[in-house]
Amino acid sequence: MRFVDEFRNREIAKDLAAQIARLARPGRQYRFMEVCGGHTHTIYKHGIEDYLPANITLVHGPGCPVCVIPMGRVDDAIHIARQPGVIMTCFGDMMRVPGGHGSFLDANAEGADIRMVYSPADALKIARQNPSARMVFMAIGFETTAPSTALTLLAAEREGIENFSVFCNHVTIVPAIKAILDSPDLRLDGFLGPGHVSTVIGCRPYQFIADVFARPVVVAGFEPLDVLYSVHMLLRQLEEGRCEVENQYARVVPWDGNPKALQVIRRTMELRPHFEWRGLGFISQSALKLRDAYARYDAERIFALPGVRVADPKACQCGEVLKGVLKPWECKVFGTACTPETPIGTCMVSSEGACAAYYNFGRFTRERLQEAVR
Amino acid sequence: MNPAIGVEREREVLDRIERARRRKPVLREDRITMAHGAGGKATHTLVSALFLESFSHPALELLEDQAVVAVNGSRIAITTDSFVVSPLFFPGGNIGDLAINGTVNDLAVSGARPLYLTAGFILEEGFAVADLRRIAESMATAAAAAGVAVVTGDTKVVQRGKVDGCYINTAGVGVMERPVSLGAANVMPGDAVLVSGPIGDHGVSIMLARGELDLACELASDTAPLAGVVDCLFAAVPDIRCMRDATRGGVATILNEIAATAGVAVAVDENAIPVREEVRGACEILGIDPMYAACEGRLVAVVPGGAAQAALDALRSHPLGAGAAVIGSVKADPPGMVLVRTQFGGTRIVDMLVGDPLPRIC
Repeated sequence: MRFVDEFRNREIAKDLAAQIARLARPGRQYRFMEVCGGHTHTIYKHGIEDYLPANITLVHGPGCPVCVIPMGRVDDAIHIARQPGVIMTCFGDMMRVPGGHGSFLDANAEGADIRMVYSPADALKIARQNPSARMVFMAIGFETTAPSTALTLLAAEREGIENFSVFCNHVTIVPAIKAILDSPDLRLDGFLGPGHVSTVIGCRPYQFIADVFARPVVVAGFEPLDVLYSVHMLLRQLEEGRCEVENQYARVVPWDGNPKALQVIRRTMELRPHFEWRGLGFISQSALKLRDAYARYDAERIFALPGVRVADPKACQCGEVLKGVLKPWECKVFGTACTPETPIGTCMVSSEGACAAYYNFGRFTRERLQEAVR
Repeated sequence: MNPAIGVEREREVLDRIERARRRKPVLREDRITMAHGAGGKATHTLVSALFLESFSHPALELLEDQAVVAVNGSRIAITTDSFVVSPLFFPGGNIGDLAINGTVNDLAVSGARPLYLTAGFILEEGFAVADLRRIAESMATAAAAAGVAVVTGDTKVVQRGKVDGCYINTAGVGVMERPVSLGAANVMPGDAVLVSGPIGDHGVSIMLARGELDLACELASDTAPLAGVVDCLFAAVPDIRCMRDATRGGVATILNEIAATAGVAVAVDENAIPVREEVRGACEILGIDPMYAACEGRLVAVVPGGAAQAALDALRSHPLGAGAAVIGSVKADPPGMVLVRTQFGGTRIVDMLVGDPLPRIC
């Protein structure tokens, strides 16, 4: 398949792996965080770690939009979905995320109508097709998905569709990275920057990571060779004593991002003073809400939300996993009480979640896996 | 942390997980969710923790796609399947031929010769008679092609909105004419794993036929009766270990069932798995692994390693097996697992499906 197979070429991978092995100094441990859940998924799906020497560890960051939704917000969404005449839509990964009283799947089994869509435009279509229903789109995601929510709001306004609203849970990536950098137990040598988010916000917002925190950043693509090459670029920066923001994903990510996408976000949304992130706690100016001009599309203002904060289960160590302090398997409940079919923490739900990815794809020592497929 | 201690601790954790996985599944939910019908882990939990408890019987406990029972000295294979596919008509077929082929295939993969089928219809008030006629005619054509007859049936009509147009249940019996007893428990290290053709055609066709994704391509469901392919395979390899038709949950689910039942590892080469470009493309866009996409006319066969080439030649000698391939082999360790050598050259686990990417495909 064109534009895909080229980036999965085994021969090039072997060549890159040899170069990486030469660059990595024996005796030194390298810990690179891939911020984005899409990278975590790619790393496990393709078995990229098989090409890395043992002293390079990839640490899975907080960039999985499903994983950072706190339980209270899931409960709020279910509360909205239970109101008479409401059809709620969301992205598929949200369906199994546990709230304080079950997931969307459970809510559906008890009579709610929560449907999976691939795009907020599909949610608007459902609103058009069901004029007597109140259609609520649960918007999640970083700056990657916020523009499509914004465009859908603008379309609803243009067409005068009044039975459509958005339960806005969009978050912004930079404050989350900053929260990780501020954490006292940080032990990271560099970052694989989030490629998809950067198509919108560009590479400039990461400059503080290099300038203030003295960690190199390489904005990385999502095919396996992209990830390997980005690791190579990070090592080269370290080796050459540089500390910069570099763009490996230049075929998609413009240095300045996408001004039009940023503009529609700004037109419809503004920063919240603070927002709770699952596992990371409250982070100031880290999420978006609808502007007053779009209040009539704002589910938070249309429906009276309980807004009850639900503490994470005591056993759950999602926060430490999201910060890269713990590896998934080091969590106390990993794989026993917390599994993809009965997740306690959100990291176990989405295929981009660090725990689910590790459980589904990587849950064996590399040697044992390699031996079996030899 | 000292790396050596780290590896040791990781091993302990992984062992703990394996013990947890081997525990008897418990049905925790108070209500049925869509995940219970997806053919993945939730379905297995429901079947093991609820139905097996109620209907305990040695023939049932094997959890094959059919049961083989002895009646007056003859061995009979019996099976049943319900069809709720949406849309009812799709490229390559409709709910009617799907209902015939699905039951025929569940019988055929046991080594039985399918003989007689039943058909039960649950119809929605207001359903078009012309559509029902088309469905019935497709069933007749599919039955004739598979050499079976529909010999009894039932019809129920419910109020508008209580079902979605038309649901069909078929049951079937076949006779075991060969002295074989196939089953996942027969599989052992050294065996070879084959599929009879490109995978995922049905699941992706249905997904595209729903028109929600605005993707268009020339792709049709692979719905077809497999009894002829099975005959070819038996003629060349009489000691087949096990066969399954890779329906809901796809090839990945079948391989996981085999690995778990036989206590073996199944190692698959991703590059060897036949997948049409259209299916790969759609799966790539939707983030679905083709190994989980359903087929309705493909079987997975496990044969002794030495018979792999003979099995491949036999499958390819039949038009429905022309795209057959050897996709992997059976190993001893790690037991109960399906592992893939990825296209990229790395390794990963392929677990049973959790959640439901696509309800109502059959």
